[in-house]
Amino acid sequence: MLDFPEGMANGKTAGASQGGHGGWRMISCSRRSLLGLLLGAGGATIGALLSVPLLRFVLHPVFKAALPLSWTEAGDVKDFASVTSPVKRLVKIEQRDGWRKLVSEKAIYVCKDAKGKLSAFSSICPHLGCSVSWHDEENNFVCPCHNGQFTADGKLMGGPPPRGLDLLECKIEDGKLIVHYQYFRQLVPNKEVIA
Amino acid sequence: MADHTYDFERERRVTPQPSEHGTLQGWIDRRTSLSDRRKRVDSLLRAVLDEPIPGGASLAYVFGSGLLFLFLSQVITGMFLVLYYIPSADHAHTTVAYITKEVTSGSFIRGIHAYGSSAIVIVLLLHVTQTFLFGSYKGRRKLLWIAGCVLFALMLGMSFTGYLLPWDQKAYFATTVGTNILTYIPFVGGSLKSLLRGGTEMGQLTLSRFFVLHVLLIPAFILFFVVVHVFLFRRAGAAGPIQGEPEALKKSTEPFYPKQVLFDALFALLIIAGLGLLAHYAPVELGPKANPADTQYVPRPEWYYIPVFQWLKYWESGLAVIGILVIPAFVGLLFVALPFLDRRPERRPWKRPVAVTIYAFIFIGLGALGAISHRNDLRDLNIAPQLAKQRAAVDVFMKKPFQPELAGPSLIAATVALTNPVASEGKKVYDHEGCAECHGNDLAGTLAAPTLIGVGDKFDDAKLEGILIKPTDAMADGGMLPVDLKDEDLKLLIAFLEAVK
Repeated sequence: MLDFPEGMANGKTAGASQGGHGGWRMISCSRRSLLGLLLGAGGATIGALLSVPLLRFVLHPVFKAALPLSWTEAGDVKDFASVTSPVKRLVKIEQRDGWRKLVSEKAIYVCKDAKGKLSAFSSICPHLGCSVSWHDEENNFVCPCHNGQFTADGKLMGGPPPRGLDLLECKIEDGKLIVHYQYFRQLVPNKEVIA
Repeated sequence: MADHTYDFERERRVTPQPSEHGTLQGWIDRRTSLSDRRKRVDSLLRAVLDEPIPGGASLAYVFGSGLLFLFLSQVITGMFLVLYYIPSADHAHTTVAYITKEVTSGSFIRGIHAYGSSAIVIVLLLHVTQTFLFGSYKGRRKLLWIAGCVLFALMLGMSFTGYLLPWDQKAYFATTVGTNILTYIPFVGGSLKSLLRGGTEMGQLTLSRFFVLHVLLIPAFILFFVVVHVFLFRRAGAAGPIQGEPEALKKSTEPFYPKQVLFDALFALLIIAGLGLLAHYAPVELGPKANPADTQYVPRPEWYYIPVFQWLKYWESGLAVIGILVIPAFVGLLFVALPFLDRRPERRPWKRPVAVTIYAFIFIGLGALGAISHRNDLRDLNIAPQLAKQRAAVDVFMKKPFQPELAGPSLIAATVALTNPVASEGKKVYDHEGCAECHGNDLAGTLAAPTLIGVGDKFDDAKLEGILIKPTDAMADGGMLPVDLKDEDLKLLIAFLEAVK
């Protein structure tokens, strides 16, 4: 009961303002709002344009993160001419981390088959990741940790490892042996790249 | 009664209720009374946009909003730069080089930020000059002027602290000179310098302090004083043109929106276009990394500090305190106290010859000092070749591709072997004896055995020899075999392990 007059009053003023000034306000508003619209649209366009370099700046690591294949030099092909058994070589592996680079030395074994074709093995044992070593007198690779044994061409001879030594991709460029060093998952029967 | 009921119902039907059930807007509204707030925001916006400008909108009034726009641009570009920047004496230079040379749009964004600081100084001078010539500091605008002076000082502080952050040669040596000036302050000068540097010498702690000042402390103060400045400006109202009858001015009064907004927006566009063109066509440079041992380097501050730099040169004897401290402090005070010294209501500059002459004298003087400094640098037979050499070094550095920094644990073994001949022999023993098979070629360890990096810190020579010959039970359980070597080979191996820290 009490708020009836109030409700009435509200209704009346609302009606009056709509009817009374509606026409005049429409005209002035439309001119102003057209300008506002233009200004807003212009501002938004320029803002969007300006945010392009900012976005590219932020997204840089997303698009540049994919590292190029890290092919590393393992030595002159000439040096391997007289090789009869696998030889150990240290290759430098470079990993980029933003503005830093992490460099580490990894051991590989370079072998030559009967036809004289060079190949390279990772020295990491596929069992638990120790480094295998070549034993000339026994003519095989032996892992010092659990006595895994491999032939000169990397095939599993005995012991707990689930597979033979991992062959690395390699190629010859300008008389140099170039190796693509990769890590492989341990304890699985098939070779699986992890990094 | 019946009429009343009818009207009430009709109104409910005709007017949309803000808290209607079923709509998202209604749902939000019931919890936040958002439409009420929106009305308030609308009325606030209207109050801001309808601010009357006596005499109408003018291009002369664009500098204040231009400064606000530039400050915003600095804040945004600054936030993005911190995405890659590291305030460390070891890494700052590498990270800025990374931003400049490698990150997509990095050189552009750094350019907007670096040139933006110069733009702020230019627009600041235009803003101050306009305020001065129009006599807009008078009357009820005293506090507004003082807040503006504080902002001026804070902005100079921003450019001074920001200059050091790239940690290149010019940043390092210009800041060394800049902080040295503090020692001219009697009694507390030395302590102030140490406080700012975080010690007596420039170094990591200086960089940390400047970084905190540049990105946290001074910006917070600037934000606060910008709010105060704008609030006081709105309170006092726009000053309007310097002449004209009050009646005529009243008639030609225009609201802030749309014309002045349009002018301000055009000025902002001009600024960002200018900065963009500069950043793109004249990429901001980075010199070689700071080398504190360089005794030849001739430091030069940023262009807007050159006049002050030249002025300081004239005061080297016992009078230094007067030239370096008393006179600048006096001029600064004169500047801040301007509205209290010049209390006449007269605003037209040609009727205020004394004030205008002093103002012009100071600015022409600063310009002349800058010109003299430039001429001296060109003519001085000792300095000119050195400056040319420094410029050439910057060019050479800029042309080189980005060099990533070698990360901490990289190649420790190889590096040790390279720098220490005994350790180098020791590494051969390590490789030959098959240690690498379990401990890794880079000593980083494998699943079979732990890393040996840092073993030299843990054990001394005697202890190492002991555990190599007779491994502890824990080591033996892990598969470590006793080392059986000739005495001299054992010594070499121990030397190598001791070197790997």
